[in-house]
Formats: sequence, structure tokens, C-alpha cells
Amino acid sequence: MGVDGLRYAENDSIIRIEDLVFAYGRENEDAEADSSRARTDATFNAVDRVSIRVERGSFTSVIGRNGSGKSTLAKNINALLLPTGGRAFVAGFDTADETAVWEIRQRVGMVFQNPDNQLVSAVVEDDVAFGPENLGVAPEEIRERIRVSLSAVDMYEHRKMAPHLLSGGQKQRVAIAGVLAMKPEIIIFDEPTAMLDPEGRAEVMDIIKRLHDEKITVVLITHFMEETVTSDRIVIMDCGRVAMEGTPAEIFARSDEIESLGLKLPFVVELSARLRERGVPVPSGLLTEEALSAHLLALNGKARN
Amino acid sequence: MIRDITIGQYYPEYSKIHKLDPRLKIVVTLVYIVSLFLVKDFIGYAIVFASIGLVVAMSKVPIRFILRGLKPIFLIIAFTFTLNMLMTKGTILWSWGFVRITEEGLYNAVFMALRLIFLIIGSSLLTLTTKPIKLTDGIESLLKPFKKMGLPVHELAMMMTIALRFIPTLLEETDKIMKAQQARGADFETGGLIKRAKAMIPLLIPLFVGAFRIAQDLAMAMEARCYHGGEGRTKLNALKFRGRDAAAIIFVVIYLSAVVAERIFV
Repeated sequence: MGVDGLRYAENDSIIRIEDLVFAYGRENEDAEADSSRARTDATFNAVDRVSIRVERGSFTSVIGRNGSGKSTLAKNINALLLPTGGRAFVAGFDTADETAVWEIRQRVGMVFQNPDNQLVSAVVEDDVAFGPENLGVAPEEIRERIRVSLSAVDMYEHRKMAPHLLSGGQKQRVAIAGVLAMKPEIIIFDEPTAMLDPEGRAEVMDIIKRLHDEKITVVLITHFMEETVTSDRIVIMDCGRVAMEGTPAEIFARSDEIESLGLKLPFVVELSARLRERGVPVPSGLLTEEALSAHLLALNGKARN
Repeated sequence: MIRDITIGQYYPEYSKIHKLDPRLKIVVTLVYIVSLFLVKDFIGYAIVFASIGLVVAMSKVPIRFILRGLKPIFLIIAFTFTLNMLMTKGTILWSWGFVRITEEGLYNAVFMALRLIFLIIGSSLLTLTTKPIKLTDGIESLLKPFKKMGLPVHELAMMMTIALRFIPTLLEETDKIMKAQQARGADFETGGLIKRAKAMIPLLIPLFVGAFRIAQDLAMAMEARCYHGGEGRTKLNALKFRGRDAAAIIFVVIYLSAVVAERIFV
């Protein structure tokens, strides 16, 4: 506490990353485990001079192929990893400030990829209580937070269940509830759908959109382009650097560059482009299936008249 | 099918015994075990039988579940029974060669067997009526005084909680690895003991690696949720001593005085 004086104005970006460099194996020993995931070279920069700003209440997608540094970047936002160079300011705190680490992690929730490996307790409600318990929240208040956060992910009726009896999507929703119970300002999703079936993926994406509607700042790390279409901004990472950045419409207009980065355009964007090639008048701003089908239906109507 | 396994032997039911404070249940079980050693004759066992019978009835746990707990130690009971019967000197009831069964031997054998049986029934009643998590909470709370002596009580309890959570996960993992190895021609079922033990190696190594990976992920997830040890931590289900716990204490006091009185006066 007492660091509140350092918090800056409300209208500033909630995440401000300046020239961030992160190298595995140099000084962060506990990060060693991840180095195998990125590359085994001991001193290569997993994140290399990245500068990003994320506005309060926005939805930012970070996308890139395996080893592009997107997960490492995410772990730098809630001080799970500390920058080798450059700085990260999150919700008014400098992540390099050791005294602020719990303040930062309370404000920056994180949902991980593997639904099995992030639930701590053998009962759903006890797991949701884990975060608030760590923060020293009073038991009655924890009960209320469990009710609110499990209801927010539609899992309240499963509160007495054992996590291993739930589906992947349900487990991931419980993990989200566990983060929500800490009342975070930002939630980072680190490939939350990578290990789920299509149904679970849809459930989790639906919850993420809902949270964004409720003014929580969302940072979604993913390698599915489809999941980025509803975000406010997309950051494409490649080899530890920001390769492209912009709104979905801006990004998807540069299809050649996207493909050269080893990524695929979302289906709807691809389809629109092919339709345009064949002379169907489809504007380039349509990003969702609903928007495209509405447009095509309208076209069809006109053609008949 | 591997998903259906239950940990420990908890029998879900909403009885008065289930709802008792786990700390009390642990202490009472210890008192009960001690009391069994105070009993010196069958009248004493009658008191024990009446009391434990009443508790079993109140717990609504079916008798066959309670008797199931006796199965693994059946051999021990049989062994103790035979040894006591054959090795005690006294009035000979029946003899054949060097085998002699004495009156005192038979008495001792029945006496010891009953003590073991009551012991197991009492302690399995604890695990049958208390969820493993509650049991962990109870143990943590009871061990708290030893914290000052440097015993990492919170850490031990957290380890138990996590172990309970991850037993099913690791079982699933084992199942998966086993199927993967079988698909590649591994044979876990035939051959002698040594051959089968050797066949386990390709199962155990990936399992260990997997367990370390899970531990690493979990540690990261726990840190991200602000876990920093037991300091300044609250508990959702703080243990509370209620009216029924007081009633249970009165019952235990009556039981214990009856056993002691029987030992002294009868």
C-alpha cells in the first residue's frame, strides 16, 4: 500500500509497455521452464523492444505463431516475469517495483491455457475462493464474490462439483470466475481456448465478450484469427517483435502481410475477398458471419426486385 | 471409468455425524481409540458396542460400507486371533500334537480381535463421514499450535489439498499414457512380476514428467492469483463450533466415564 500516490491519471493507458525486452535464462531463473516452449537458446530475446499501449476498458488481441513471444509478453504484464530491459506500467504500477507485485496481480487477472493445471481445489467454489482468500477478504464477502463471479460465467449451479468432472470449457469458465472473484481491472487470457473443443471454445469466447461489455480491460493471447475479430485492436507478434498493429479492419485489409507471418485470415474476411474476386459487391469491413450474411441477404433481395 | 473413482472412502450423506466439526471428529476418534485400550472385559465392550452402534446408526452410513473397511485388515485380525489362541498358556480345552487351545487363549483371541474390529470401525467412521478437504482443514487447525515450533502447518495442509485435487488428474494422465503405450504395442498384463514391473517404466517416466509440468503450471497459476503462503490469508469455510458439537462432547464424556467406571468398579 502507500503506492497510490504513484498511480497516474485515470485517462492514461491502463497498460503501457515501453521498449520491453525479455530474455529467458539471463536473470529470470523461474522462467527457465518456458524457454523450451520458445526456443532453447539461453540468451535469445523472447520479447524484443516491444512498445504497446492498452486503453482502459478496451479489448486487445495479441496474435502470433508459436514462439513469437506473445505468452512471454503476457507474463510480463502481471509481473510473473520481470523485464530484462525496458519497462511495463500496469494500472499505475511499475512491474519492476517489487513492493507492488501483489497489487499488480490483484488488478491483472490471468487465465491460462491448460484448464486442468490452474484449478487448485477439489471443489469449484473453494477454487473460486482461492484468490480472495489470498487477498485476505472476509469469508462473508468471499461468499458473495463466489456467487457473483460464478453466476457471471453461468457456473453457479455447479459450485459444489469437483473440477475433474467438468468439461474443458466449464473448467476454463471456473478459472475465469476464480480470476473475477479478485475484482481485477484487466484480465489476460493466455490462449484460453487452445485446448478446448469447438463447443468449449465458443462458451469461453462468449464469456470473454461479456466481460469486455462489463468494462473489464481484456487482453486475449491467441493463435486463432477468428477470435480476434470482435476486439478493438489487434497486435500481431513475430519473433519477439510487434509485426503489425491496428483495428481488425485495418489489419485484415493487409492480407498478404498476414499470410507472410504464417497466419490465416478469418474465414469471413477470406470469404468476402473471394466473393469480391468473383464480382460480388462485398465491402471489406465485414468481420462477423452475421454481418456478412445480412449483407448477402440484402444483396439477394435487391437482385430479385 | 477412471473418472468415477472416489478418493478415500467418503460416503456422502447429510447426517448429524457428517455435519460435526472435523476437528472434534478427529479428537473424538483419538479419544475413542485410547478408550478401547482401557477396556478390560466384555462388559466394557458392551458399552463400546452400544456407543459406536448408536453413532453408526446416526451417521446413516450403511453397515456394509463400515464392514468393508475391515476387509483389508482381515488377515491381520485372523493372524492375531490364531496367535493369541495358540500361544497363551492355561487350561487346555483341546489339543492335537503340539497344537493346544486353552481357555485363556480363546478368551484373549476373541478379546484382541474385537479390539481391532472396534478400532477399525471407529477410524473408518471418521473417513466415511468427513470429506477429505474437511479432514485437511481439521488437521491444519489442530496442528496450528505447532506452528510456533516451526512446523509448516499451512504448507502441509495446502499440499494435501492440492494432492487431493490432482489425484483424479494424474489418474487420467496415467490412463492416457497407458493407452498410448498399449497402442504402440506395450504389454502391461502378461509375464512375471519382474517383467510386469519393467513394463511400468515407460509408464512412470512420462507420468513423472507430466507431474512436473503440471506442478510448474499450477505454481504459475497460484502466483498469478496472489498466493504468497499462509500469511494474511482468510478461509472461506472457517471451522465453527456449533451446538451439535457441544452435544457430541457431552456424549463422549458420558461414554468415556462409563468405560473408565466399568474398568475401575466392575
